[in-house]
Amino acid sequence: MTYLTKLSAAALSDLLVRKEVSAVEATRAHLDHITAVDTDLHAFLHVAADAALATAAQIDARRAAGETLNPLAGVPIAIKDVLATQDMPTTAGSKILDGWIPPYDATVVARLRAAGLVPLGKTNMDEFAMGSSTEHSAYGITRNPWDRDRIPGGSGGGSAAAVASFQAPLALGSDTGGSIRQPAAVTGSVGVKPTYGGVSRYGAIALASSLDQVGPVSRTVYDSALLHDVIGGHDPLDSTSLTESWPSMAAAARAGLKDGALAGVRVGVIKELSGDGFQAGVTQRFEETLALLVAAGAEITEVSAPNFEYAVAAYYLILPAEASSNLARFDSVRFGIRVNPDSGSMTSEHVMSATREAGFGPEVKRRIILGTYALSAGYYDAYYGSAQKVRTLIQRDFAAAFSQVDVLVSPSAPTTAFKFGEKLDDPMAMYINDVTTIPANLAGVPGMSLPIGLAPEDGLPVGLQIMAPAKADARLYTVGAAIEQLLEARWGHTMLSQAPALTPTEMFASEEGAV
Amino acid sequence: MSEITAEQVAHLAYLARIDLSPREITNLTHDLGQIVDSIAKVSEVATADTPATSHPMPLTNVFREDVVVPSLTVEQALSGAPDRAGDKFRVPAILDEE
Repeated sequence: MTYLTKLSAAALSDLLVRKEVSAVEATRAHLDHITAVDTDLHAFLHVAADAALATAAQIDARRAAGETLNPLAGVPIAIKDVLATQDMPTTAGSKILDGWIPPYDATVVARLRAAGLVPLGKTNMDEFAMGSSTEHSAYGITRNPWDRDRIPGGSGGGSAAAVASFQAPLALGSDTGGSIRQPAAVTGSVGVKPTYGGVSRYGAIALASSLDQVGPVSRTVYDSALLHDVIGGHDPLDSTSLTESWPSMAAAARAGLKDGALAGVRVGVIKELSGDGFQAGVTQRFEETLALLVAAGAEITEVSAPNFEYAVAAYYLILPAEASSNLARFDSVRFGIRVNPDSGSMTSEHVMSATREAGFGPEVKRRIILGTYALSAGYYDAYYGSAQKVRTLIQRDFAAAFSQVDVLVSPSAPTTAFKFGEKLDDPMAMYINDVTTIPANLAGVPGMSLPIGLAPEDGLPVGLQIMAPAKADARLYTVGAAIEQLLEARWGHTMLSQAPALTPTEMFASEEGAV
Repeated sequence: MSEITAEQVAHLAYLARIDLSPREITNLTHDLGQIVDSIAKVSEVATADTPATSHPMPLTNVFREDVVVPSLTVEQALSGAPDRAGDKFRVPAILDEE
């Protein structure tokens, strides 16, 4: 049944709907594969094998009884640990929430369950989604399936590694400054950050509330579209949720597969997101993709977004400021761990301070202190106030660009996956890595990353970022599906079929008596 | 180089309610200095006539009907608490003895 793990969610759905494969078989195949490869990769923090098989059995029974189910019913899915799940621990990669089982489901999780998807478990992430490499998880690193010595991106490295290594066809992520798109880029998978407000954040542990957005992670553009249709739409439990009705993203992706889908599409290349600081192989694959777009009838225009230069700086003021406020809820009273101080009086204040010292990792402390500084009297106007003005300027850059073009493109990340430890001791080097993805969060516009080839110099995946105007998420799926189809036709295969085979080393070793 | 001092970091840590070791304070003083130097450039373009944006898709007055909807039970609400007393969260002393 190994072949079941290689299928896209759409292909698996077809087999399930036709009852050629049962949800239990599909789920078991993925659980077996997790057992074989995840001891090494560590994409999952928690695997809910029994619950997944029970859910799958219920789906099979309902389908056998003739019930009409969502096409994705019975398809397994991995869930980023930032999302509250009533039946699984939810830690956001932090020791401060070690073992916490929320009393409610995030809306997106509730919608998955209602549609009959089968949650396999929770995926690893940088603590509270602060990071671009998943090295800041309190529970250990996740390895990149393309190269075990390299990062899977972050903060959603677990979700990206899970789909890229065929442990799940679908996953949920969250994207505050690129945490869905950058892991997709470095693992050769697909990830989408929807329009701010397009997908509910109720039950998503907040990092920076004016930036956070939940979105789909998958191996194909169409699969992300199918998942987007399940999780998207208005949620009265999230007061920032947009009330409009959305077109079908799946239909938009199917439109991209038609002949001439790219003819006359105006594509803007952002001048400021290229050149210096971009790896040669990244630039090469990006330019080849532009040539492919031209050949398919798209019109390429260079557009300038002069204020993008200030985006990283503004982001690293706005995010820490909001995070320092959001994370104040970890007060050792209502949830999470409580640690008493070694000495001194046992007041609430001292217990809270000792708990946060023990429960938060270095990057979380760094950002909380930075945010507290940025919001301090005397600095507020110069830092936080200025950053909010930069946000206006970046929105204006997007508005000007989208008055000329339908979509904007850039490489999803300046480089391919870097090695563990490479940027860990240099926070600014890690932060600057998000230069391509941060502008979309500051402006609230949707963005997608999809794989466009391997960099010749290191054989690692390169991602293309597509951005559309706010609320025009459907456009991403049409253009993304069209580009994916052109690339796969040229390659003669999918991107991830080229990933190195994962040897279930420890399993074999133990069978041979070596462990 | 920015003017961030170890005393300042210690004060910020107090405001943020995080005990920090002397070593952490030293490291954070160094890191924060570097980060603040890099991000201070926002003031270069933030002119007085530029309005601030706090929220990418501004919404105002998000109301709902004033009706009772399902909410957590007391047991659910207390299920993650490190300590409880009956139907309440038990907290350490609020006031110091001094």
